[in-house]
Amino acid sequence: MFGYYLDLALRSLKRTPILTGLMVLAIGLGIGAAMTMLTVLHVMTDDPLPGRSAHLYTPHLDPLPLDYKQGGDGPDPTDDLTWPDAMALLKAQRATRQAAMAGGSLLLRPGRADLRPFYVDGRYATADFFALFGVPFLQGSGWSAADDAAGAQVVVLVDALARKLFGTGNAVGRMVRLGEHDYRVIGVTRDWQPAPMFYVDASAKRYSDGDMFFLPLATAVDRKLDVNGNFSSWGEDRAETRMVSPTTTWLQFWAQLDTPAQAAAYRQYLVDYSAQQKALGRFQRPPANAKLYGLMGWLAHENLVPGDVRLQLWLALGFLFVCMLNIVALLLAKFLRRSGEISVRRALGAKRRDIFVQLGIESALIGVAGGALGLAIAQLGLWSIRQRPDDYARLAQMDMPMLLGTLALAVLASVLAGLLPAWRACRVPPALQLKML
Amino acid sequence: MHFRHILSALGRHRIAVGLLVLEIAFSCAVVCNALFLIGSRLERMQRPTGVDEAHLVEMFIGSVTRGSADAVMAQTRTDLAALRAIPGVANASVVNQTLFGNSLNASGVSLSDEAKAPSIPVTQYMGDAQLADTLGLKLVDGQWFKPDEFITEEQLESGHSGLPVIITKALADHFFPGQSAVGKTIHAFGTNRVVGVLDRLVQPHDSGPAEYYGYAMLFPVNLPYTEGAYVIRVRDAAQRAAVLQGALRALKADGPLRLISPKYAFTLESQRDKYYRNDRAMAWMLVGVCLLLLVVTAVGIVGLTSFWVAQRRRQIGIRRAIGATRGDILRYFQTENFLIATLGIALGMVLAFGLNLLLMRHYELGRLPGYYFPVGAIVLWLLGQLAVLGPALRAAAVPPVVATRSV
Repeated sequence: MFGYYLDLALRSLKRTPILTGLMVLAIGLGIGAAMTMLTVLHVMTDDPLPGRSAHLYTPHLDPLPLDYKQGGDGPDPTDDLTWPDAMALLKAQRATRQAAMAGGSLLLRPGRADLRPFYVDGRYATADFFALFGVPFLQGSGWSAADDAAGAQVVVLVDALARKLFGTGNAVGRMVRLGEHDYRVIGVTRDWQPAPMFYVDASAKRYSDGDMFFLPLATAVDRKLDVNGNFSSWGEDRAETRMVSPTTTWLQFWAQLDTPAQAAAYRQYLVDYSAQQKALGRFQRPPANAKLYGLMGWLAHENLVPGDVRLQLWLALGFLFVCMLNIVALLLAKFLRRSGEISVRRALGAKRRDIFVQLGIESALIGVAGGALGLAIAQLGLWSIRQRPDDYARLAQMDMPMLLGTLALAVLASVLAGLLPAWRACRVPPALQLKML
Repeated sequence: MHFRHILSALGRHRIAVGLLVLEIAFSCAVVCNALFLIGSRLERMQRPTGVDEAHLVEMFIGSVTRGSADAVMAQTRTDLAALRAIPGVANASVVNQTLFGNSLNASGVSLSDEAKAPSIPVTQYMGDAQLADTLGLKLVDGQWFKPDEFITEEQLESGHSGLPVIITKALADHFFPGQSAVGKTIHAFGTNRVVGVLDRLVQPHDSGPAEYYGYAMLFPVNLPYTEGAYVIRVRDAAQRAAVLQGALRALKADGPLRLISPKYAFTLESQRDKYYRNDRAMAWMLVGVCLLLLVVTAVGIVGLTSFWVAQRRRQIGIRRAIGATRGDILRYFQTENFLIATLGIALGMVLAFGLNLLLMRHYELGRLPGYYFPVGAIVLWLLGQLAVLGPALRAAAVPPVVATRSV
């Protein structure tokens, strides 16, 4: 029967090419707009480290004094950790792996005539950073905890930077001058950039270029290297001691906790640690303020999707809704116009269900055509998004699930839109319409 | 007019009419709010900064080999002299932060030195004696800083207190409504005496509530170029590119190894363009959505009216046969559309109001001004009449002889 209904549907659509074209256009525009914005939302809230993200957690403490007042829309100081707290958490070793980190931007002097000095973004981190996030090495390796303790003058480069500086040859063992100091390259990682960059400070761009180098955190602190990010201070704030001050937060901290039980234990440890610090008089606020966020939970907490994008998504969905209203009205007109034909089929023995299925297939056919048009329009929309200056813009690409999702949504929308008209049409009584013929 | 006939005819297509009314209502609601959003974006993009935007250029210089503080300061004076000597330059200065730039320097400001006194974050500009003239700032009250009031960066870092301050009129009105702020004290860096009030100066970029945008302070500090940017005012706006080239050449010709690149040299106008790029993109996107919505709504009206015309061919023929003119038939469909559009618009106004409340809750948007309602209504009435014209003309062209034929 399906083939027959398909044939009927094609004939019926061909009979009214303009109306059919308008309906396909309407659903194509609606689906195109909605899928453009859904794709943007999808890439912005995607899992940055599939497979690993479920075991990654970020601990947060509340070392603020009781009378601290958060000013305006400034950064929340408890988003980051102080140096003493981060070091205490590291030493306690309650997680499978854990690392403290902060972003930095340093002037790189290539020492080659054909390359001018340029600034590179990178990360100061403790030894476990690479194993914790599964950063893949091409040459060499990261540094050890002993290097951390010793403040070793070593650096790990990302492949793109290593190639820029040293060509395709072996970079390990070469020297790089970053800021005012020389560092020995001990490893080269594959170009590695999770999107969004979940581990960066709230002031950083989360969808722009990733880290190009990695330095031991202790080395950065020893040398007071420039940090990209918020320093939130609520006590004495002097430039010389800022990095190690117990009243300045600036470090990000991530831990790998393999089981829910381990996560629960870590959460308890954070509360116990806060209680201990409170007993020592350093913390003033309730120990229960200490929090442990999972990776996706942290991204949700950070609310990465800008208000404009959310507004555009709602606009696009509203537009799809109007398009669907439109199609319901047009299909209703189209189906009821065929009352004569339907009543003949009914009189010849077609059940209501048969009519309903036949008309449903006709709506779905419009959906398929509209979906194809919608895909083209969405690609156009995404192209225009990629022209925007925002850092997330260049990520706006459709992957396979989104592609299939577009077609599915288009067919679903048109079948839904066809339900009411088909129901009305299949209730056309056979005899009455025949009499009128 | 035959409202009654039209209404009873419409009554036979309740579902279709209902759908059309809903579609018009929804379009009306979205169009009203989108127009309002576009209007507020445009308004935002036109906010004045209080500086002579058309004549300003700026350059950031990375210091590669950092010398002693004295050497950097001496280099800054040499640079400024070189910049002022470039033909076409009216004045040049060092400023700690630039308009539409990424960095924003702010202090909590209050009216008392108690720790718990309510304070608001206010952005602070710092610069030498030439800064006010370079930026083209206008004083409305009090006076500029005296030459002996300028301090060095080290004095500032070591907690120099009692620095005089010039504040903007907006900030003065916030702290001292209805009185002159000159001679009063505020607490930003210790205790600061207000010596002058600026007509206008704004935050480098929006931070905090919208009304804070016009809150700014100016402090007399002689900064080294490493702590900010060179800002240059040209005499003739057409010379901006030439002056930037000249400035790059002049600074490269002299001084230690440092990062001087056209990548970090801009006209203020281009910075403004860049800053408002997202607003512009959003406004265009809203325009696009409005147009598409209107097109889709028109498609719905054309489609349904065409169907009704085809369905009523016989009735139209009969009416024509018993004396109705083409104009009568045309007017019949136009009136029908007017009624449907009016119903849709009435419902749309309610929806528009509701949508605005929703937007206000989630997006810090103001209340929809009343004049957007009639604008939305007129747009949809016109759209309806335009969309119905084609099918209605086809209906009017139905010859009376149709009445004598069966189907």
